[in-house]
Amino acid sequence: MSNPENLRYSKEHEWLSPADNGVATIGITAYAANALGDVVYVDLPQVGATVTGGETCGELESTKSVSDLYAPVSGEVTEVNQNVVDDPALVNSAPFEAGWLFKVRLDDAAGEPADLLTADEYTAYTEE
Amino acid sequence: MTDDTPTAPASRPLSCPTALDAVHRALGAAMTDFAGWSMPLRYGSERAEHQAVRTSAGLFDLSHMGEITVTGPGAGALLDHALTGLLSTLPVGRARYTMICDAAGGILDDLIVYRLADREYLVVANASNAATVLDALTDRAAGFDAAVRDDRDAYALIAVQGPASPAVLGRLTDADLAGLRYYASLPGTVAGRRALIARTGYTGEDGFELFCAPDDAEPLWRAITEAGRPEGLVPCGLACRDTLRLEAGMPLYGHELTTATTPFDAGLGRVVRFDKPGDFVGRERLAAAAERAASAPPRALVGLVARGRRVARAGFAVVDAGGTVIGRVTSGAPSPTLGKPIAMAYVDPGYATPGTEGVAVDIRGTSEPFDVVALPFYKRRT
Repeated sequence: MSNPENLRYSKEHEWLSPADNGVATIGITAYAANALGDVVYVDLPQVGATVTGGETCGELESTKSVSDLYAPVSGEVTEVNQNVVDDPALVNSAPFEAGWLFKVRLDDAAGEPADLLTADEYTAYTEE
Repeated sequence: MTDDTPTAPASRPLSCPTALDAVHRALGAAMTDFAGWSMPLRYGSERAEHQAVRTSAGLFDLSHMGEITVTGPGAGALLDHALTGLLSTLPVGRARYTMICDAAGGILDDLIVYRLADREYLVVANASNAATVLDALTDRAAGFDAAVRDDRDAYALIAVQGPASPAVLGRLTDADLAGLRYYASLPGTVAGRRALIARTGYTGEDGFELFCAPDDAEPLWRAITEAGRPEGLVPCGLACRDTLRLEAGMPLYGHELTTATTPFDAGLGRVVRFDKPGDFVGRERLAAAAERAASAPPRALVGLVARGRRVARAGFAVVDAGGTVIGRVTSGAPSPTLGKPIAMAYVDPGYATPGTEGVAVDIRGTSEPFDVVALPFYKRRT
């Protein structure tokens, strides 16, 4: 699955959508979902919680392992994807769409971190 | 299929490909290094593969397993001496689950032994222990009129597992599958290729394991894939093999079974036959272990089912209501059949009774409640 051009990517394999009224959507990439195998449980941050870019904010359980979920940016959680909590397989079947994880109101001061990758850069990173 | 994959024996290159390597790659399998072999972890969704085996049929490449042939007039006597079981009286065509222990009674490996002829046995060891078992059998053969042969490169091993497997395989062979009992084998022809057809497996379902020449593995695989199309047979990787065996309560070497464990610790004392003729390796210490297991067992192997959704993994501590460590998880995974995380664990015997309250697993710093249950988690309807 190709990585959508309009998203930005972290080296921890999260994606970040362009901000819409200051709110960005976050998920994990197809590459990450494929590496995990079938996701069976997602633990997401609470609505209203503050997440910090580069720090863990949840976890994803798959058949073989558990992985930490990292926040690619800092901000306040405005919404979590209840569909993915109820049906974690969405992370595998539609990681860039219905399998999104949570939304964050970006800290004004922080802005988008400089270390996020473009789609091309992320694709190259995962092919290393 | 574990995170603590043993390193490869020095005599083999890292990640030895099986005879079916090209097939796996053409199918787009996610490959993993396991015990020195490059093996398919899954082809698509491991949960879908698991379900296929439970409800229909799945096809596995198990060519990493270690085959050792023991022949000669003293083959049965050698195995009686070297292993915990009684193999000299095993009828030709039958198979037995058994173990090989060290002198201290610690488990070196668990094995399936097939009697192929009056003077010929096939010993199948775990990939990670094949070299150890081969060395031990060779050492223990001194003084017996028997020969031990490394046949790892002589065989590929393909398994067809699941309730539809007799129907699928039946389309490809004239062998009497209906007359082939569980833990029995017969030489036959499948899709025109010679194979030892064994009714054994590691999934908790009915099924067959086919020992064949490596050159025949690919045509056999393709023929079974084609024959299984009406039933929805799918290729299956090691990931679902692990969840299938865990649901079935089957132990895995390196997890429930180790050199620090006796068969009695694992609740598998039945594999030790004290009533057999002659001495056998580990007898004295195993007798002591049997006595200890009967009077004051040091620990017990139990099943755990999570009340929550977080998964207890191998190595996690089992704790009581006060947080005191009362045991250790040996295997754990989300169970596709139960829809909940399950685990096997060794616990203090005081906590081993199904229904014991207050048992939890420390999952990364949080005590998550689990129910103690009897094994297995899943038993097929027969």
